Amino acid sequence: MEEEVKQTGINEQEEYIINMGPQHPSTHGVLRLVLSLKGEVVKNVEPHLGYIHRGIEKMCESITYQQIIHLTDRMDYLSAHINNEAVCLNVEKALEVEIPDRIKIIRTIMSELTRIQSHQLFWASFGMDLGGLTCFFYGLRDREKVLDIFEETCGSRMIVSYNCPGGLMYDIHPNFQKRVKEFLKYFRKKLPEYDQLLTGNVIFRERTVGIGKLSLEDAISYGVTGPSGRASGFSCDVRKHEPYSAYDRVRFNEILFTEGDTFHRYFARIQEMKESMNIIDQLIDNIPEGPYAVKMKPVIKLPEGEYFQRVETARGELGVYIISDGNKNPVRVKFRSPNFVNLGVLNHIARDFKIADLVAIGGSLDMIIPDIDR
Amino acid sequence: MNKTELVIFVKSLSQECEVKEGRQFAEATVPASSLHSLAVQLREKEVCSFDFLVSITGVDYGQDLGAVYHLRSTKHGHMMVLKVRTNDRENPHFDSVTDIWKSADFLEREVYDLLGIKFTNHPDLRRLFLDNSWGFPLRKDYVDDINIVTK
Amino acid sequence: MNEGKVFSLYDFTALTKWIDTGLHHAMSPFWAVITELLIIGVLILIFYALIGLFLVYAERKVCAFMQNRLGPNRVGPFGLFQTIADLLKLLFVELVPIKNADKFLFNLAPFIVIIASFMAIAAIPFAKGLHAIDLNIGVFYVMAVSAMGVIGILLAGWSSNNKYSLIGAMRSGAQIVSYELSVGLALITVVILAGSMQLSVIVEAQRDGWFIFKGHIPAFIAFILFLISSTAETNRGPFDLAEAESELTAGYHTEYSGIKFAFFFLAEFMNMFIVASIAATVFLGGWMPLHFGAWAAGFNHVMDFIPPFIWYIVKTFFVIWLMMWFKWTFPRLRIDQLLTLEWKYLLPFNLVNVLVMAFIVLMGWHF
Repeated sequence: MEEEVKQTGINEQEEYIINMGPQHPSTHGVLRLVLSLKGEVVKNVEPHLGYIHRGIEKMCESITYQQIIHLTDRMDYLSAHINNEAVCLNVEKALEVEIPDRIKIIRTIMSELTRIQSHQLFWASFGMDLGGLTCFFYGLRDREKVLDIFEETCGSRMIVSYNCPGGLMYDIHPNFQKRVKEFLKYFRKKLPEYDQLLTGNVIFRERTVGIGKLSLEDAISYGVTGPSGRASGFSCDVRKHEPYSAYDRVRFNEILFTEGDTFHRYFARIQEMKESMNIIDQLIDNIPEGPYAVKMKPVIKLPEGEYFQRVETARGELGVYIISDGNKNPVRVKFRSPNFVNLGVLNHIARDFKIADLVAIGGSLDMIIPDIDR
Repeated sequence: MNKTELVIFVKSLSQECEVKEGRQFAEATVPASSLHSLAVQLREKEVCSFDFLVSITGVDYGQDLGAVYHLRSTKHGHMMVLKVRTNDRENPHFDSVTDIWKSADFLEREVYDLLGIKFTNHPDLRRLFLDNSWGFPLRKDYVDDINIVTK
Repeated sequence: MNEGKVFSLYDFTALTKWIDTGLHHAMSPFWAVITELLIIGVLILIFYALIGLFLVYAERKVCAFMQNRLGPNRVGPFGLFQTIADLLKLLFVELVPIKNADKFLFNLAPFIVIIASFMAIAAIPFAKGLHAIDLNIGVFYVMAVSAMGVIGILLAGWSSNNKYSLIGAMRSGAQIVSYELSVGLALITVVILAGSMQLSVIVEAQRDGWFIFKGHIPAFIAFILFLISSTAETNRGPFDLAEAESELTAGYHTEYSGIKFAFFFLAEFMNMFIVASIAATVFLGGWMPLHFGAWAAGFNHVMDFIPPFIWYIVKTFFVIWLMMWFKWTFPRLRIDQLLTLEWKYLLPFNLVNVLVMAFIVLMGWHF
């Protein structure tokens, strides 16, 4: 540790070093940020990672493709379904399996529900980061409704593991369509409450507008994707640019802002929830009949080669890169996780702001630590 | 530009690299010495302008160690893959691309941490997840009797 | 008029006089005073403990209902004994010793905080004739004593040997020193109107209408300003920067555990109670029932039948409820915004307000 500090040169005089984390209420997990302060002003932020590193990429090298899916749940646990989908799409693409529409549409609906519940939790915890504890309970109240739908169809609430190569684990529950429509009706009524409680609040605006600005050039150079990048004007929505599943047959807007401050990173997510609801609206009545999975071989062997698949999770662009030598285990699996890359920008945008702003900026990047560490 | 055009274009940039059309993207394999100069050109040249470094993947091919760069252009919307290899397992090192794409900072540190590939000119090359007493776990010859079950 | 009669029903002056003379008959004046002090001390301690326990319960219930929850509901009817259970737990929790902490100051800090809040209660009139001490500078005394708590907070932050604590304490110091001004000026607005700093006189002056109604708009503005700045002074609500949970884990009391933490916790709630009762006494008439001028004699008479202590408690808890309401609704401010709010907005506004009030009193325009 002693050496580490010297090496980075943060232990200069008149600077006050604080360890934010690994156990801290607003790092959303076991992230350790070493801050050097000058009074209240943050001069340098240095993330120290690895407190929850499980070596998922190493584990993937000794298990089969069906098993990998269950590990991806544990990366970004709030976008579990989308992570599953990324691996499945990649495997299906490698095997050149044609996926029926029913599966594509169900996957899309589930992905968007996942996105909504993830953004709801973001809203809840962002409010809490700024000291508004009531938001947390409002957010969780609505998130429960989505999780109930998941529970009914997937048998599990958060870590769903609903995808498998070639389709889905089980068929949707008969109530699925009814419940989703009920939820949409309910949530359309509740979403204005979010705006009343936070978006329009004077203190909230003061705390977020103009804080932690990220320019478009920096957003691209730092590779900040997802709503955080789109708030800076970086058009990076994989659903739009490289449509997968059923995204090519729905109409939706890519939420783009140019300001790139904390408020717009927050606001982009609120708007995305509306877009997600629109997408589900277009699909929920059009689920065709058919099988819920394509028959696959029990042991999947990918042909030799390299496969790369990008999907849009709730936090940004997830890339899955598989190198196969033709065996049942991959040679190398790399997850390009959005949080890990987004974290790299933290020092750049939080410098010269106050500690309270750092918490707000960190909250607006919506970090999930298991996704950073893998 | 589509795959074929990219292959021709990248070939014209550098004589040393071998470019082929992969399944999904154009794939260019460069020697470690000309990695940085080619990367600069790919970033700067108006026709390709690969301004978004999607990911850096460190790979242990058994004999060789390598890094795979996925590049994307936000302007033109095309992607390509840049590969670099070395057979030096003791002291593998490539040029850092942090001065071209800032996201490379963390991505290169991750590769260094898990595969032990050094990146020269990286501003702050330290281990990211593990401490200094660990080996490099993503290498194929990494041994851990306790935690890794071998069949 | 029979108005006086009803008042004497709830007048505690005779009772306290009787105890006083009885004690003086029984023993020498010195011991009589000592005994009186003891009685008052024990009574205030009991009151303090009860109010503290109830406030913790009330806060948890209020915040629960604002957050779509039920709040404590397991221990006793409606969870009423939850705080007692919590208190017992806190009593038995280990006091974790801190390495390299300044032991003496570390142990002293919670006592300073709690004594400051304890002393302020002495001057508050709960009903006619029911206050421990009726100083002629009551308002000044309460402000001076309750501001002492910040010393405890600063000591706690400094002696804990924790960086979060130190930042929290420094924030708290800056905050309380600034907001003390606004609290004082808001109270001075009413002191001008009442013409006295003695709390019993201020209450008595509101016999024909509370100051918040009598004092035209300036008094109402002063009430709002007092609410904002006193919330900041007690480190509560959107101004809880000193313990900002999401930034500084727990601020100045990060390192405290067990009963020492309970002291800080209790002191925070009691400070809230004190500022609420000051607000109730000064702006809302204290124990004085809701009276209008002579034109509403019948109404005034009916109001007199409600005991003054009830009036006092209801008003105080109304103000406390207001403070809880905005604590659980607003996000937290940042330190520079907090100081900007005070020095650039509240303080100039307050100064103008005092001037306007002085002018109104001078011209005799008030009721």
